[in-house]
Formats: sequence, structure tokens, C-alpha cells
Amino acid sequence: MKYVDEYRKKELILSVAEKLNTISKKEIVLMEVCGGHTMAIHRFGLTSLLPSNIHLISGPGCPVCVSSQHFIDLSMAYSRIPGIIITTYGDLIRVPGSSTSLEKERAAGSDIRIVYSVLESLEIAKKNSEKNIIFLGIGFETTAPATAAAILQAKKDKINNFYVLSAHKIMPPVMKELVKEGVKIDGFIAPGHVSAITGTGIYNELASVYGLGVVVAGFEPADLMQAVLMLAVQIETGTQKVDVQYQRVVHKEGNTIAQQLLNEVFVHGDDRWRGLGIIPESGLKISDDFSSFDAEKHFFVEIPESREPKGCICGQILRGLKTPVDCSLFAGKCTPSDPVGACMVSGEGTCATYYKYRF
Amino acid sequence: MQKEHNILLGHGSGGRLMHELITEVFIKHFGNEILNDQTDSAILTAGSTEIAFTTDSFVIDPLFFPGGNIGKLAVCGTVNDLAVSGSEPLFLSVSFIIEEGFPVRDLEIITESLAAEAKKAGVLIVTGDTKVVNKSKCDKLFINTAGIGRMKKENLYISKALNLQSGDVIIINGTIGDHGMAVMNARESFNFKTNVESDCASLNHLINEVLDKYPVKFMRDPTRGGVATVLNELVGKTGLGIEISEPDLPVNNGVRAMCEILGFDPLHIANEGKVLIVAGENYGLKILEVLKNNEFGKKSAIIGRIVNDHPGKVVLRNETGGRRIVDSLTGDQLPRIC
Repeated sequence: MKYVDEYRKKELILSVAEKLNTISKKEIVLMEVCGGHTMAIHRFGLTSLLPSNIHLISGPGCPVCVSSQHFIDLSMAYSRIPGIIITTYGDLIRVPGSSTSLEKERAAGSDIRIVYSVLESLEIAKKNSEKNIIFLGIGFETTAPATAAAILQAKKDKINNFYVLSAHKIMPPVMKELVKEGVKIDGFIAPGHVSAITGTGIYNELASVYGLGVVVAGFEPADLMQAVLMLAVQIETGTQKVDVQYQRVVHKEGNTIAQQLLNEVFVHGDDRWRGLGIIPESGLKISDDFSSFDAEKHFFVEIPESREPKGCICGQILRGLKTPVDCSLFAGKCTPSDPVGACMVSGEGTCATYYKYRF
Repeated sequence: MQKEHNILLGHGSGGRLMHELITEVFIKHFGNEILNDQTDSAILTAGSTEIAFTTDSFVIDPLFFPGGNIGKLAVCGTVNDLAVSGSEPLFLSVSFIIEEGFPVRDLEIITESLAAEAKKAGVLIVTGDTKVVNKSKCDKLFINTAGIGRMKKENLYISKALNLQSGDVIIINGTIGDHGMAVMNARESFNFKTNVESDCASLNHLINEVLDKYPVKFMRDPTRGGVATVLNELVGKTGLGIEISEPDLPVNNGVRAMCEILGFDPLHIANEGKVLIVAGENYGLKILEVLKNNEFGKKSAIIGRIVNDHPGKVVLRNETGGRRIVDSLTGDQLPRIC
């Protein structure tokens, strides 16, 4: 299969591994921010090919995992309002809230529908004009442009029963926050698809102010090995900068049309992240011009104070401070079929990845 | 299982929740020495002969999909459950639960397919039932089939997986994941331009050709939950390990591409015309030859082996030499969003 097979060739991957072993001497910690990277690294067994002085840690790049408990609880409270249809990407449905989950709310009678594209929500809205549709908007700069496009489409088509509960987030503030917090990171394997939208300028501060290497990587094993090699070379030679390994997809200026959509519909605001608390200017809030589509401005519910699951260390895992195997619940009380924390639900969650590929 | 909870969709998806439901509700009340075996078909003794008996319900949406419809599927599913138990399928019952307002024309097309598949499989439909329910009290059409097959004494051991040992080979009769992805593409709004079709087929003649010539140690049709779920049940039952080789897994390009895009594992996707066969090492290539000469086995392959290492675990060796655990499907597979 084109664009896949050529990046999975054993000889290619092993030749990069050999170069890495020759070049890399320093003890370095690299964070792969994106959940898709975490999954690919484990799926292809790449850690076993790296020299022992290179350590990879997973970051806060799984949209389901970083969505706050408050957001999950609010979604469930909305789902209990008569006449509401909740539309959501599938992974969210099984995330445990403070008391229950969307999956259990659905079994108890709430109308909760899985969609594969936010635009399906508009079709549902058109077909159910007597009901109100709330789309649960999660994800980073990758999924947010589609939500923005849906809101613009709804405005154009005068659909007045479509709303978005936005927990959309952006990447740079959280990456900076981790560095400022003092998490030991020598370089970032930066998210490929986020960067395809944003371009690479968003990482400049990490390199110029904090002296970190940043390499935007693709998702195949050869991509990731090459990105690690590029970072190792930067660190060994003291030439840390922003670079792109994933050149077949990511351009310096990004996708300007998608950026325009984001700028038109959203404004930056403080946002809650699971386990990380409130990070300034890290959320995408629906701007006042589009407030008629903002669920939080139209539906008011009281929810008890959200509680993080007892014993769950998702927050520390998302900060790269601990790994799933450090958690006493991992693979015992917390499994993909019976998750305690969000990181065990999503296929790209660090805990789910460690569980699936533990060997 | 907590009684105050409601049934979730996950209770029907073949994973741990369903296992809990079966053991903690159904087996608890029905339990007997035949049912407790939980094999594809119950093996019953009637006088001096053994028969295999099984049942299955079909609630697929959409009713028509590339490669078949609910009628064809209702025959294949039950015929295959009988055939993988080592029996010769003979008789089926068919029950229809129909929603008020369902087009008679569609019912006729589905019934025609059902009859044609029964003829192809060589089984007779000998009894049935019809219920019509109020609009919105069921989703268009549900079908239940039950089947009876004649059991040969020498095949009685097949569904029990008793004589497996390290070195035995695991064979599949073609590409995996076709049914699940064809149905998903027909049902959801993906609009992938692909020629992926359901593999829906009655495998009793193919299985019979193999059993006539060579000994088989175990067989199972990897339907809901896919190949991964069957292999995990097998290591759970035997305490042995299984190693499969990713480059040897036959997967259609269309299925592979859809899985790559959606973040699915073909090993977890449903099949409706596949059989997994475990056989002694010396018979692997010979069985493969028989399979490849049948229309439903052209892309057959040896995909792995029984091993003594990592007991109770199914391990996949990938293209780059890395190894990973293949778990049973937990809940429904959900497409990735990022």
C-alpha cells in the first residue's frame, strides 16, 4: 500500500537504528506529544531498536485523555435534558465521569449518537428540527477546523438547533507548560497532523527561548526513527531547532484555509486539562460572533464538583512524570474493557497503548 | 455483574462484558453439562448417533450490503457453526421478526437469497416462525436460524481443542476483515471508494474436503470479535501460547487501507466466510493445498503456530521484527479521531 509500505521496510528502519547507535552518546529524554505517535512506537516495537541512552516519554496529545472530568460530567448532564441529542466521536462514550459514563447514560435512555464527522451532526439537526443537537467538540488543531466549518455551515444553512460544547484545545501552551513545570525534556517529537494545520512556527519559542529540539514527525516506523535521529543529531551537536521530518505532509506555513476557519470561529481562552489543571490560553472557545451555537450559553445545568477517579495517575502520565506501569490500577482494576481513567479508553491513550502492547 | 445496571451494547459484542452476562445470568440459570462447554454447537446424543445443534440471530444493519444480505448471512452463520464443530449440516429452522411497514418486495429478495444459500450449502429449511411487531418495536427485520447437523464420531473432539501442542500450525482460508469492513462502509457515512465485499459464504463443503483427507485438531469461525478473539479463547482454553506473523496475514488492500485510516486492527474485524484451522505441523501444507483448490480458499495461508512460550497469550510478530500482544476485542472498535 503506497505511503505505508515504503515507510515500514525493515532494512530502512534498521539502517536508521544503526546510525543512531553510532551518533547518540548523551542521556536524553524525548517526549512524543501525540497519542498516535505513542501508539506507533509501541505497535512497531521501536523502543527495542533505540540505544539505551535515549528515553521516550509520552505527552498530553490524546484528545480524549486530556478532556477534563468537568467536561465529561457536563456532557452527561446535557444528555439528561429532555429533547437533547448528543453527538460525539466514539471514544468519549466510554470515558468514566465522576459517577457514570455516556455509554451508561445512553443505556438509561439518553439519545447519544456516535458520529464520524461533525458534519453528520448537521444532518441529524436537519432531520430532528424539534430537538436540540449538542456536538461534543474535542481534539486539537486537527479536529477543531472541522467543528469550525460545521458552525459556519450551520450559520449559512440557518440551522438553529445545532450547538457545540467546545473542549477543543491547542498544543503550544501545554508543551510550554510542561517545560516550565520542570519536566525533564531534551526535545519534542512534535505532532504531525497538528503541524499540518498550524505550520511549524508554533514551536519556535520552544527552540529559541528554551533551547529545545523540536522535530515534526510522521506516524510510520521509519518516520519516527528518523525523527529521533534528527533530534539526537541536534542535541549531540548543540544545534537545537525546529525541523520537519514529515515533509510529505507538513509545510512550514501549514494549512492556511484551516487556520482561517479556526480564527473566524474560535478565540483562545483558559482551559481545563485532565490532570494538568487550567492552562492559560490553551482552549478554543466559540467567539461571541457565533455564541448562538455555543451550548454553554444556551443550556444551564448544575453539576456536582467533578472528582478524578481514586488512585488514577492519568495526570502524572500525561505530564510524562510516570508511566502506566507505575500505576497500581494498571492492567488490574483498570483495563480497556473496564477503564478507570480516560487514558485507558482511547486507542491512542498511553495506558491503552501500554496495555495493548505490553510484552 | 451489577444488577442495578442496564445492558450496554458492549454486552453483545463478544468481549468480556458478554462473557460476564453469559456466565453470571444465563449459565447461572440454565447451566448443564452440555451448555457449560460453550462450544459453537451443542453435541447431543440421540440413540446411537450424535448430532450437533446450534442457533444464531441476525440483526445486521443494513439488511443489504456488498457481498450479501441478511438472508444469505442467516444461512451461512448457522451452517458454519455446525460445520466447524465437525458435523455435516442438514436441517435449518428460520424465524422472522418483521417490523410493521417493511416492504414485501425486500422480504422476498431476502427470502430468495436465503433459499439459494440453503440450496448451495445442501441444507433443508424444515420449520419456521413469523412475527410482525409494531412500527419501531424492532429495526426492520431480525432473523433467527437454528440448525442440526450429523456428527461423525471421529470428529467429536474438534470443538474441544484437546490435543493441541507446540508446533501445530494455524491456517485461515483467506483474507480477514472483509465482512466487518464491507458492512461498516455500507452503514456509516465514510463513502470509501473501495471494492471490499463481505466474505459471507457457507463453508461446509470446504471443511468437508479437508476433513475427508487430513486430520484437524481444532476449527472455529472467526466471526464477531475477529481472529484475535478466537485465538485468545484458544490460548485461554489450552494454556498454550500462539505466535502469529503479521506479514503472513492475508488482508485485502481495501480492508487494510480502511483499517489504517480508522485505526482498526483487521484481527478484530468480523468475518462470515472464514474458518481457522489448527493442525499438526506435518499437515499444514497439505491442508493448505486442499483449501487453495476450493473457491472459498484461494488466498489461504498459514498465519501462525502454537508455542509453549508466553502461555495464555497471543503474540504477533510484525514486519520490523517487533512483537506485541494481541488481545480480544474489548467493547466496540471505535475510529480514531486524531
